[in-house]
Amino acid sequence: MGRPITSVISIRGFDRKGILYVLEQSGKMEQRPHPRLLQGHVLGLMFVEVSTRTRLSFASAMMRLGGQVLDFGDPERSSFKKGEGLSDTIRVMAGYCDVIAIRHPWEGAARLAAEVSGLPVINAGDGANQHPTQTFLDLYTIQKTHGGIDGLTVGFLGDLRYSRTVQSLAGAMSHFDCRQCFISPESLRAPQHVLEELEERGVQHEQFSDLGEVLPQLDILYCTRIQEERFADRLEYEQVKSSYRVDRALLEHCGVKETLRIMHPLPRVDELSEDLDATPYAVYFQQARNGIPVRQALLAMVLGKL
Amino acid sequence: MAQQADRRELNVSAIRNGTVIDHIHSEATFKVADILQVQGEQDMVLVAMNLASSRLGKKGIIKIENRELTPDEVNKIALIAPEATLNIISNFQVVDKARVELPESIERIVKCFNPRCITNNQPIVTKFEVIESSPPALRCLYCERVMRGEDIILK
Ligand SMILES: Nc1ncnc2c1ncn2[C@@H]1O[C@H](COP(=O)(O)OP(=O)(O)O)[C@@H](O)[C@H]1O
Ligand SMILES: [Zn+2]
Repeated sequence: MGRPITSVISIRGFDRKGILYVLEQSGKMEQRPHPRLLQGHVLGLMFVEVSTRTRLSFASAMMRLGGQVLDFGDPERSSFKKGEGLSDTIRVMAGYCDVIAIRHPWEGAARLAAEVSGLPVINAGDGANQHPTQTFLDLYTIQKTHGGIDGLTVGFLGDLRYSRTVQSLAGAMSHFDCRQCFISPESLRAPQHVLEELEERGVQHEQFSDLGEVLPQLDILYCTRIQEERFADRLEYEQVKSSYRVDRALLEHCGVKETLRIMHPLPRVDELSEDLDATPYAVYFQQARNGIPVRQALLAMVLGKL
Repeated sequence: MAQQADRRELNVSAIRNGTVIDHIHSEATFKVADILQVQGEQDMVLVAMNLASSRLGKKGIIKIENRELTPDEVNKIALIAPEATLNIISNFQVVDKARVELPESIERIVKCFNPRCITNNQPIVTKFEVIESSPPALRCLYCERVMRGEDIILK
């Protein structure tokens, strides 16, 4: 790494080398526990939007490194709602902790937090913009299941238009030699700017409507949830939902690589059948667990302990 | 043809000292005049549009006597008329000539077009990275959205 990482706001701030460094440190965290590495440090959680998994995963990562957690509580009932400016809230909070993890519906809130707090900040999701720890845990999962990221064919499935998870993962993977396949109904295609960025970086990418057509070629299938709200017409939603549902029968019918791994940021509804859970293809629960070593590594890095 | 038009116009509209903004694409002429708030000027101001131009087809020119532009004004012009040239006139002579040019980043003068951006919800200064200059494309430092063309709204 060139300069040390002081905050983790956007995956855009990481090049190939930076990404690989984070993944390497995450691997070390997983191999060996470091129960006292962050002893005496306090993580402030500022989640101004409901989230259970990300919030608990940050807390768990901090506690497993011997640090402590201060949760700023339910935003609906705390002073966030009393009309105090966000900058002021962050400045006050900065006096109570050593590192901040923030989730906020306004895009750019984490960047602001880093500017005004004077502390290291980790973005835990700012609206539709960034959720870099999710991207790192996705990359970590891919690296772990395939031994590396280069050379893979990855398929992104579902709501590519609104999925920040897919958009930032696709951006991060453009630093690697991968083929990216975007599989979605016409109305939920990946936004033009995402594709243009891949184009500029010379990334091989294709769009598909038919999952069966591309499934046999994939090393990774990254599924997302298709939300009913995105459709004006209930019938169209039902059709899309059933044509993008992944289950065992579909994999057998299409024929897939033995090394195919299926990912999902969770929670799933019915786009991923439970009959896949016991197969070697399913890595989504492992993926969720990988949030711990990845967040441990990032916390330790921003606190200057790695 | 363009030469001739320029010369004729020069005769009626020479200024002793000041600034000439040339090569504004015609439709942007009055936007540039607004940026410079020429209504408030006391000295001579000439605004012309639909002049023949070999490079732009039709161009606009604004001449303002006894005025130097501020860096913010130059950046605003660069955003809405990236082809424009600035001529500094001293004692009837063009003493300096430059294409308007955007710096690598701009602050304050542009509003982010994303309603969910923190800059539209909290009293903070906007900041943008200039990712392309002509035509201009800006990336908001906060919400990371890219704005081009009509999406670029001056404050
Ligand atoms: N003394 C002046 N008063 C007003 N406008 C001027 C004066 N001198 C030059 N200009 C205008 O400034 C622009 C640049 O002038 P010049 O460098 O001579 O021409 P060009 O850029 O066409 O080669 C032209 O539009 C010209 O008409
Ligand atoms: Zn913005």
